[in-house]
Amino acid sequence: MPPLSRPPGGASGTGPGTGPGADPGAEADRAVAAILDAALHGTERGTVVDSPPGAGKSTLVVRAARELVGAGERLMIVAQTNSQVDDLVDRLATADPGLTVGRLHGSDAAPAPEALRHPAVSASTKPADLLECSVVVSTAAKWQWVKDVDPWRHAIVDEAYQMRSDALLAVARLFERALFVGDPGQLDPFSIVGTDQWAGLSYDPSSSAVMTLLAHNPRIVPHRLPVSWRLPASAAPLVSAAFYPYAPFRSGTGPGDRGLTLAAPGDGSAADRVIDIAAESGWGLLELPARHTVRTDPEAVRAVATVVRRLLDRTGTAVSERGSAPLTADRIAVGTAHRDQAAAVRAALVALGVPVDGAAAVTVDTANRLQGREYDVTVVLHPLSGRPDATAFHLETGRLCVLASRHRHACIVVARAGIAELLDEHPSTEPVQLGVTVKFPDGWTANHAVLEHLSEHRVPG
Amino acid sequence: MNDFIPGRPAPEPPQSPRLSPSPLERRLAGLRGDAPQRSLDARALAALAANPGCGRRAVLDAAGVDKTDLATRLGNPAPFGQSPFAISRGLGFERRVKADGCTVLLDLLREQLRLPEDSAPVVFAELVDDPGLPAGRVASARVALAAAAARPGVWTVLDQPLLRLEVAGSTAHLEPDLVVVRPDGRWTVVEIKSFPILDGGADAVKVGAAARQAAVYVLALRETAAALAGVEPVRDPYREPEGLAGAPDSTALLVCPKDFGNQPTAAAVDVRKPMAVTRRQLDRLTRVEQLLDVLPTGTGFGRDRSDGQLAAAVGALQAVYSPDCLSACELGFHCRAEARCAGSVETLGRGVRGELGSFHTVEQALAAAAAAVTAPGGTHADTAGGTPSDTLADTPDDGDAESALRLARAAALRAEALQTAALQAAAPVGGAG
Amino acid sequence: MSLLSTLARMEAVRDGRAVPLATVRHRHLADRPMVLVPLAAAGEAGAPLAVMLGQDRESPVLLTVPQPLDRDRRFALLADLAAELLPWLEGFGTEVDLLTREVKDPATGEKTEQVRELCTNAPQLLVPGPAAVEFLGLLGRSTRFRRSAETALDEGVDPGPYPVPARVPLLGRWLTHLRDRAQVPGSSLLLAMTDLLGRHWATGQSRLEDQHLGALLAWIDPPAGRTGAEAALLAETARDGHGQLLCPPAGPTTDPRFDSGLLAPAITRYDAARKLDDAVAAQAREAEIAALLEAVLRPTWDRLWQGLDLLRALPAAAHLPERWEGDRWSYTSHRDRIAAGEPPQPVRDDAVTAARKLAQREREQTRLDIQEALDDPLAMAEHRLAGEALAGRVVAVEAAYDETGRSPKPRPLVTVRTSDRPHGDPGRELYRAGGPTAQKAELVSADPAAGLVTVRLLNGMGRRKEPEPGSVPEPGEQVCFTLFELTARQSAPLPEPEDTPWTHGGPPVTRTATAQPDLPTAPADEEGA
Repeated sequence: MPPLSRPPGGASGTGPGTGPGADPGAEADRAVAAILDAALHGTERGTVVDSPPGAGKSTLVVRAARELVGAGERLMIVAQTNSQVDDLVDRLATADPGLTVGRLHGSDAAPAPEALRHPAVSASTKPADLLECSVVVSTAAKWQWVKDVDPWRHAIVDEAYQMRSDALLAVARLFERALFVGDPGQLDPFSIVGTDQWAGLSYDPSSSAVMTLLAHNPRIVPHRLPVSWRLPASAAPLVSAAFYPYAPFRSGTGPGDRGLTLAAPGDGSAADRVIDIAAESGWGLLELPARHTVRTDPEAVRAVATVVRRLLDRTGTAVSERGSAPLTADRIAVGTAHRDQAAAVRAALVALGVPVDGAAAVTVDTANRLQGREYDVTVVLHPLSGRPDATAFHLETGRLCVLASRHRHACIVVARAGIAELLDEHPSTEPVQLGVTVKFPDGWTANHAVLEHLSEHRVPG
Repeated sequence: MNDFIPGRPAPEPPQSPRLSPSPLERRLAGLRGDAPQRSLDARALAALAANPGCGRRAVLDAAGVDKTDLATRLGNPAPFGQSPFAISRGLGFERRVKADGCTVLLDLLREQLRLPEDSAPVVFAELVDDPGLPAGRVASARVALAAAAARPGVWTVLDQPLLRLEVAGSTAHLEPDLVVVRPDGRWTVVEIKSFPILDGGADAVKVGAAARQAAVYVLALRETAAALAGVEPVRDPYREPEGLAGAPDSTALLVCPKDFGNQPTAAAVDVRKPMAVTRRQLDRLTRVEQLLDVLPTGTGFGRDRSDGQLAAAVGALQAVYSPDCLSACELGFHCRAEARCAGSVETLGRGVRGELGSFHTVEQALAAAAAAVTAPGGTHADTAGGTPSDTLADTPDDGDAESALRLARAAALRAEALQTAALQAAAPVGGAG
Repeated sequence: MSLLSTLARMEAVRDGRAVPLATVRHRHLADRPMVLVPLAAAGEAGAPLAVMLGQDRESPVLLTVPQPLDRDRRFALLADLAAELLPWLEGFGTEVDLLTREVKDPATGEKTEQVRELCTNAPQLLVPGPAAVEFLGLLGRSTRFRRSAETALDEGVDPGPYPVPARVPLLGRWLTHLRDRAQVPGSSLLLAMTDLLGRHWATGQSRLEDQHLGALLAWIDPPAGRTGAEAALLAETARDGHGQLLCPPAGPTTDPRFDSGLLAPAITRYDAARKLDDAVAAQAREAEIAALLEAVLRPTWDRLWQGLDLLRALPAAAHLPERWEGDRWSYTSHRDRIAAGEPPQPVRDDAVTAARKLAQREREQTRLDIQEALDDPLAMAEHRLAGEALAGRVVAVEAAYDETGRSPKPRPLVTVRTSDRPHGDPGRELYRAGGPTAQKAELVSADPAAGLVTVRLLNGMGRRKEPEPGSVPEPGEQVCFTLFELTARQSAPLPEPEDTPWTHGGPPVTRTATAQPDLPTAPADEEGA
């Protein structure tokens, strides 16, 4: 599990004004204080927090949980996946060993050992066993089955933008007030069947829980975490402009605060050159010759694996506000759009002797599974690389946003040339549903923005 | 009402108001020859979004070639048309919307755009409406907009104003159903359509087409407003221009019959996304020049050409066919015949190529699948002496090999499944039927 | 589109005719379905022009409207349609199976036996394509809230200026139900022929072109001497000397050139005769219009029956009776709602109903995918290609035991020769498809180079140390394991609509039978322009 990103310093500034030169720590602290106040004492039953990538969402959840419990409240937490629940339990128990945490789980999903290693954590499949706990954490899917309990006074809903409206409908009876925290720029929830019939309805069951909540509670004004502690100064402006055009954020660190150095010099290969560019600038694009390929383009897969291999061979050191640490395999992730691509990259890495299983391994996963994760360096196989056509799936902004915002130091993208042309030739004849709020940005514009930026850091492969 | 129906004749063929045509315009006019010009209109511009990669369509549209006529001469006439019932109902509805000094319409506008109640006077702009005077029409619309801008607190209705948009050196003429200048100074494009809004919802495909068309109008109005304000138009899709340049609202009003009746109802449609797309496509139209450069000299689409010459001229323009073209482009059937002849996999659907990687024809793909299947041991997993990759080891290019491997896997699985089913059907008992 | 279906389409191009996309028939077909071809009036929303329907291919019933703008004639057609359809629809409600189940009283915890009725059979309606399904939904929407003079009298309200014939609103409720049910994956109360054929055959054209029933059938069953492509092109474009399509569109929209060339002049003549109050001439003109409409409906009618013949030639999939039972339940519950005097289905679902419907459709989609894979090796092949299943012959079985408990339990290792490459790490749970019992296994190792996968069986082998005979596959046996579960999970409970929480706007505003606030003020339709 990647370490928790934490805002440096702790002093909470109270002064007004947040000019560009204002201390980001103080700015973030003010936002958090306002959020906690709204959650505990606000007139609305719901509080919504929009959090861009790495803005301290998890820190906020842990802090809000502790404050709520400190104020004498019982608390339930709803997360979306079992690994998110385990991760949260671990963080809560680590932050406050005295906190009694209940891990409610399904009979076919045993909690992870990291969650259960803490003495104050108890796990059960029955909510009745956990009612004494100050905090009970489970997935939305499990909470939906809980019955015959008194409602909790407070709930925290984590990754709320990935929760579907119908899931909220099923669990809302369990709490009186709730704090909804999530990243509006990541992947939207989806359904395996058509849902056009309900498009435009405020309670469209397939839309995100936050959309429904806001439509029915118009007085709730979402709070925003304004500072990304994960993204370096080289990445925050691009990610903010491309994916959050109407809700900009900035990085908590300045241009000189992060550094990536490599002990071994490059051998002049394309992989090494793109690594050098990315170490220097935070971005790198390894552009292979234009060609239409199947998803598991062997050349691109090999290029991704080679970049990872060279990153490890060249013994990198990541310097940040946290200090200096070696760039080990577990601090590197490879992101792909499809599972078969991830499988192909894993096989290619194994062939190059790079570990892909276990604690000291490189993470290789799809965008969906990388949501919420953080690494020092990411290597991304561009979702549109080699494709003869773009589809709504590949253009979904959330996918590219996740892939382009997991890193603390550098992001290296591997892609076939020709993506800009592919985008330009993509038909934009989407149907438009009346009453559905247009979502910004659209994938097409965001993809162009990212490509344009990457082209300044290009190495032909 | 400009219902988005391919093949419907343009309302008029306005001539360019400029006295001397640009070099590009001259080249395009040369291509067109003696055939009458089909003006680049909002439909044609919005249609750019349907298949922006198609050079054939880009050139023919830019040159103002009548594609319906062309399709007929090529022997694959466009199957489009509109029922007289639909046309008369559409016209009747449009009259109804504009009746009584647009009272109903302005009420819908207030309601949908959440404007405050007002008792502001309504002015109907006097516009030149002689179809033979496009330049006069454009100028009078511009004058009317300038006058309305100088007269806050008043509703100004422009009924079918003619707008001009410079596109890659040639001129497009656009005619929105209505443009309304509101008392707050904002300009709203009104699109009148004859499909119903039923219980608050409407055919999403038709709304999408209407939104793309409205986006073209808003873009043209933005250009006009920027010119009136004396500033450059804003190109950042996320930044609204300020002042007069920002007067044209990026939310258009769609007016449709309500439910099963003929009462007008309306919906606000956010056209920011199609505006961004259209703007980029318009910028790309400059590539028409490069497309012209590769045409053989003497290529033309005039009436004086023989059918064979026409076919050759069309053939010289590279098309990007997809089955969607059949319902969006007059030449769809022609391009399909061409694509089928070439055996290209696009005839099977737009998404097909993504599965086939580097293979572009049905023949190539099937040959690759068969090569692996017929190779020894490749057919059945349980008798396989080696993996399929062994059988393709001599293939020089591993990109093709990967595509072929996947196809071979699919072909082997398909053959196995069909064989299993045949065996089951032959078995005396236990059949599912 | 999946690679397998793309491959099938390419084979169809090569062969010049469609190729199978399924080895069994995946939808229930009634012995005597009701076949129905509707035509709509162009430009009007939900206005019927003609309907051809019946259960006998030789003698269809034809209903037509001579002037689509004439509201009375429109409703007369709907009344005729109700007279044709309602007795048939209601007829399935009389014969029932009685099912008993135990229910626990929530208050006392006492168990009591409950008897429920399940109609023995249910109606099945076949239309040309999805557009016809939508059109029936529109008809349902436009009629179910209407009042007839009789019901208005019963309710003591003013029927308004346009009362409708008595049974039309009831027809509207049935059509609404059928169309709603048609949204449930795998359901078979209302089916579209192009969907049915498209599920079972791959043509050498795109899915978009498959929407044309004539072209689709031309590929599946081309006339002698023509390839599918040639026959399909004729179906799409060939016209007679008068410019009329030889294969008219399957509806509900008509060919614009039919409208302009034949229908509009005929309607003008009819209107003229009416204006002159010439009843005989008007009747003759009306008969002309009916003949025109029959001529464009009949080819589609015949094609629907041709499609049925083709589908009936396929063996039925094993899970059809199970899914058809779901349709029978759906029919029975709608019968009960009408009998209980419940109001017509509302215009919009409330939050809870929408969520319930979505949950049902997702569950049924999952179930359909599973059942099709179990019933049809071609459907399973899709999952194998996607790395979600593996199949092959057993080459070795090694006895092994779980010794952690009090008594050892069998956990045999089964090695399968297969070129399938399951996307799963060792330890991944697997499910045995087509085994004697439901059986779980886990992935132990996969060696793609050698084409071997080893799995460990985890249950379904009895309670003793040695597995029950037949529960463990033998070497040489064909086996199949999936990475996905072989039963669809139950959906989580949702609150009652009256308990809709604050996050979703609270309970919906209660509707009374007489005041329906979100309805358009009937009658919304007036004469067209």
